[in-house]
Amino acid sequence: MRALVWHGKEDIRCDTVSDPEIEHPRDAIIKVTSCAICGSDLHLFHNAIPAMLPGDIMGHEMMGEVVETGSGLNGSLTKGDRIVVPFTITCGQCEQCKRGNFSVCERSNRKKALADKVFGHATAGLFGYTHLTGGYPGGQAEFLRVPFADTTHIKIPDGLSDEQVLFLGDIFPTGWQAAAQCEIERGDTVAIWGCGPVGQMAIRSAILLGAEQVVAIDCLPERLSMAEAGGAIPLNFEEESVIERLNELTGGKGPQKCIDAVGLESHVSLGQPDTLYDRAKQMLLLENDRPHVLREMIYVCRPAGIISIPGVYSGLVDKLPFGMAMNKGLTFRMGQTHVARWTDDLLKRIEEGQIDPSFVITHTVGLEDGPEMYRVFRDKQDSCIKVVLKP
Amino acid sequence: MNVLANITRSKRDPKIIRSGPSVVPTADWMARNLGWFSIALGTAQLIMPRRFTAFLGTRGHETIVRAFGVREIAAGVMSLSVDKQAGLWARVAGDALDLATLRRALHRGNRKRGNVVIALGLVGGIAALDLIAAGAAQKTHARDSRKRRDFSDRSGFPHGIAAARRASAGT
Repeated sequence: MRALVWHGKEDIRCDTVSDPEIEHPRDAIIKVTSCAICGSDLHLFHNAIPAMLPGDIMGHEMMGEVVETGSGLNGSLTKGDRIVVPFTITCGQCEQCKRGNFSVCERSNRKKALADKVFGHATAGLFGYTHLTGGYPGGQAEFLRVPFADTTHIKIPDGLSDEQVLFLGDIFPTGWQAAAQCEIERGDTVAIWGCGPVGQMAIRSAILLGAEQVVAIDCLPERLSMAEAGGAIPLNFEEESVIERLNELTGGKGPQKCIDAVGLESHVSLGQPDTLYDRAKQMLLLENDRPHVLREMIYVCRPAGIISIPGVYSGLVDKLPFGMAMNKGLTFRMGQTHVARWTDDLLKRIEEGQIDPSFVITHTVGLEDGPEMYRVFRDKQDSCIKVVLKP
Repeated sequence: MNVLANITRSKRDPKIIRSGPSVVPTADWMARNLGWFSIALGTAQLIMPRRFTAFLGTRGHETIVRAFGVREIAAGVMSLSVDKQAGLWARVAGDALDLATLRRALHRGNRKRGNVVIALGLVGGIAALDLIAAGAAQKTHARDSRKRRDFSDRSGFPHGIAAARRASAGT
């Protein structure tokens, strides 16, 4: 089969690889019909997250048709079923899964010993997302083995297109969880840093969860135009001060809720000297992540507010004003998405026509064009926001 | 490379049968090579500056050579990074500084003037390469603001924002 394979930093190729096989009775094989390039794939493209190895298949946002099933699925899946695959692999039986903490499933990370060493305790296995999370082959391929398939799937009813439901596997529940864990109340202002795909989903989620004002912060006009279309107040940080504008919009008190949909590779600009400092340290391997957004959120957030972090961070950050956060009594919520916790509700909302996540797609191409689209997406060329691949 | 990549796979994971073409742009490939060259040259300047000053007839100026070595390494690291344009332009600026410094060593009193001329030629050649690479990288990774699309019709709410807000009031 063909698959997008990581060969090194900024080098992804469309290779011919051997087909996946059933390895365990709870496995299923799907023929991938649609998959997407996620913003967090760019961190792997840049080798900003350790433990990628040449030969790893990329992709953790995919859906398709079941073509082969293991003997232990107990009728939960049959050939021909159309499913979206959550990026977090979940056993459904461990203590964390039973509590709904699916992204920290205790059994699905097959490289647990390595993850235990690095993280203290292992987290769930993820598709196509480094050997710290199991080293599972990803879904930017023609076929995919789904481990724990009886619990790691979202069955899609007829009548919904791939484009409408594909993002149930990652960015939609990720944006939703980011907003939901803000515990939005009537009258709240939610400030969202980053108007990439997750930021766009977080904006719509905050609106659906009842935010009074949603402020979308970015520097790319096309992304801000999409954010504004979704009901947000656009704030271009290259044209105005984030702190001043947010205070102005909230009567000088700051937003109650802040969402970081940027993560470890925040924008570097001369107007924000700390971003230059972070970039220099990151280049010299003295710091993993660039936490400019975290600093700004901690500073501007209203005391007793909530900071929600769906953006990916990989390791050590420097100069984080934690004393400020402690004294303001801020609450931090973060983590990989507990996809299965949200998908029943979100699928229902799509079916009811409350939201159509396909709005975010700007490019649809074949798998063979995937390597080039990584670069286009990274360089934000051609107003690229979300790329869907059709294997 | 594929053999090595396949060794790291789990037993039944898909393995590479045939590798597809690399789409790394020429500019990035040049940046990578110039970056490693920069680091190698900088390291040499840092650890054996006397070799350079002896060759150029500029004994006593080892500190300058070391400082230039640090600059080379910094530019090399930047050229290998995601922000390769910054690294390559830093190399171009460094080349200008090198040429200006070498020019000063080209006086009649220097018995190694011939070597200085060779060095000037080498630096000039590399400066041309750096300039080409920096321009190409700039072009390859630039966003064309004229092709900017407007997504103001993409609310994501099939029934409009007002309906979405009303739905939220019901939740």
